[in-house]
Amino acid sequence: MAEEFKRKSDKKGKGSEEVTGLKETNTGIKVKLFYDPTDIPQFTYEASLGNPGQYPYTRGIYPSMYRGRVWTMRQYAGFSTSENTNNRFKFLLNQGQTGLSLALDLPTQLGLDSDDPLAKDDVGKLGVAIDTLKDMEEIFEGIPLDQISTSFTINATASILLAMHVVTAEKQGVSPDKLRGTIQNDIIKEYIARGTYIFPPAPSIRLIGDTIEYCIKHVPKFNSVSVSGTHICECGATSAQGVAYPFLTGIAYIQEVLNRGYPIDDIAPLLSFHLIAGGVQFNFFQDIAKLRAARRLWAKILKERFNSKGEKSMQLTFSTGGMGGGMTEQQPLNNIARIAFYALAAALAGSQSMNLPCFDEAYAIPTDEAIRTSLRIQQIIAYEIGIPDVVDPLGGSYYIESLTDFFEKEIIAEMERIDAMGGILRCVEDGAIQKQLAEQAYQVQKKFESGELIKVGVNRFRIDEEDRELEVFEVDPKTLSRQVGRLKQIKAERDNVRVESALNTLKNAAIEKTNLMPSILDAVRAYATVGEIVNTLKDIYGEAQHLSVF
Amino acid sequence: MPEKRTMRVLIAKPGLDGHDKGAKIVAKGLKDAGMEVIYTGIRQTVDAILRTALQESVDVIGLSILSGTHLSICEELMEKMKKEDLHDTLVLVGGIIPKKDVNRLKEMGIAEVFRPSCTISEIAQFIQNRISK
Repeated sequence: MAEEFKRKSDKKGKGSEEVTGLKETNTGIKVKLFYDPTDIPQFTYEASLGNPGQYPYTRGIYPSMYRGRVWTMRQYAGFSTSENTNNRFKFLLNQGQTGLSLALDLPTQLGLDSDDPLAKDDVGKLGVAIDTLKDMEEIFEGIPLDQISTSFTINATASILLAMHVVTAEKQGVSPDKLRGTIQNDIIKEYIARGTYIFPPAPSIRLIGDTIEYCIKHVPKFNSVSVSGTHICECGATSAQGVAYPFLTGIAYIQEVLNRGYPIDDIAPLLSFHLIAGGVQFNFFQDIAKLRAARRLWAKILKERFNSKGEKSMQLTFSTGGMGGGMTEQQPLNNIARIAFYALAAALAGSQSMNLPCFDEAYAIPTDEAIRTSLRIQQIIAYEIGIPDVVDPLGGSYYIESLTDFFEKEIIAEMERIDAMGGILRCVEDGAIQKQLAEQAYQVQKKFESGELIKVGVNRFRIDEEDRELEVFEVDPKTLSRQVGRLKQIKAERDNVRVESALNTLKNAAIEKTNLMPSILDAVRAYATVGEIVNTLKDIYGEAQHLSVF
Repeated sequence: MPEKRTMRVLIAKPGLDGHDKGAKIVAKGLKDAGMEVIYTGIRQTVDAILRTALQESVDVIGLSILSGTHLSICEELMEKMKKEDLHDTLVLVGGIIPKKDVNRLKEMGIAEVFRPSCTISEIAQFIQNRISK
């Protein structure tokens, strides 16, 4: 024992490399013991930072940031049927939540109706089931859509859900140009990380182009895409890849709409991003610096590559979430501390919106108490401990500015590497990116198993825990039969001739490659189901292949 | 000493959930532990998993389930395996599985349930112990 301690203390003795020289952090990036002006030789206030709200927006996209308006607090919610979800939304709004985030069940995300045999295990499980416009109308019953912004985690079927949202608003007497919110609508990361793709990449990207085009004309306050790096990071991407891949993806979507003749400054403001703060390999200062670097780089890309003139185009709007990957099953209350550090990093990085994981993430779908605790963490940071008082309080720190420069270069290098390999789409289609992320994730897992990376309560500071069982959230077992019953009733009551004609028009639009939104809107108005619309398009587009590379 | 046969493992991702990082990590880990590993890819039906298991004559089926659908999926798989007379194939489940469901899964015939706290070496060890018996 004494011998062991001596060896350890020798190793970390005064003057040893590990103490005074470069130290490898948990992300593999090496850092110095301290930073001084020589670490940021190129630094000038105007070019590197600028004031908040000024190009290149390193310090934040708005002049007054959180003093003017604190970030949107949006915990992910939605389960079972529209009625349950409506109640949960009203509960969260009463608790002081300022935006809504709708979780859809997997069948809805994959274009399967609740009565589809493939859907039976998943109806209402990870989110609410939506089959027709009727479900959407009920979810927002009594929630004025011109007064609250809603984020939809929906991708392959985003165009259909957007159409349903627009029609629901119309029925409330709210015109589409007043709608605020976000649809995720980012298919490329589905092929990489999340798996809810339906069609092959080419028509999928065209469909995203259709929704952006429609939003430019009719729903201009809506973020028509939220390009996500978060899921990619959860899947094994490094910090730099977690910005580089969504940037390349965002550029691909922009290009799709530029090709249709729209100016860059009509398109870019409709894009937002979801970037990670937290997760498996969270490093507090690095995550903050990475997000500042992302903001500066996006502004430069828009200005220099796309000749953008619009402030709104150059301002990188992003929400952050540190996802469940960082949460542990052991000593689950420790997760509350982790979530707080993720949220603090996001706030210090100037995020526009936060959704946090919940402390029971490794157990099941979060309970009310767990969701509320994550919301309270946001509220403590926003209202109790002085964080919003000063914009970008870490700006000017030698370490933070040096890291910010470092990440900007790393992100650029990764973007160039992927472009040299044929571009993001090619690397996703042939599985190169998926294979690389799987390998990286595996290496990280091995480091946790060997103890090289520390996870408190898991591979260090373990205790013999009593066999505790958290209160676990359970979905109402009657959800499936209720939802299938409703669907049957709607199909019986609607005008089926109108549905068929709308689907036929949609089919022709898909064949002729014209914008599909008008015909999707008509189909939705006629109470066509998500499955009927998707199947119509599957007939024309076919389906994407599942890769099994690892 | 008789030569040890290489164990064949099918890592399968049933249901609609597409989060397969865990499945891939386990696949890689078991491969590094000397096993032959096949990964199905996402969104597999129970029938498709069984078909692959039969075609590839695997010793182990490892299901990765995160979406709360483990009870119904495992029930269906175990029933169909009985019909196919697949008694020797070891079935393991990994993922977000509440503790209270572990016994029910074992009663169905699942050999072991690996929850988020487990390591790859624990899984590899378990397979080696059970198959070499």
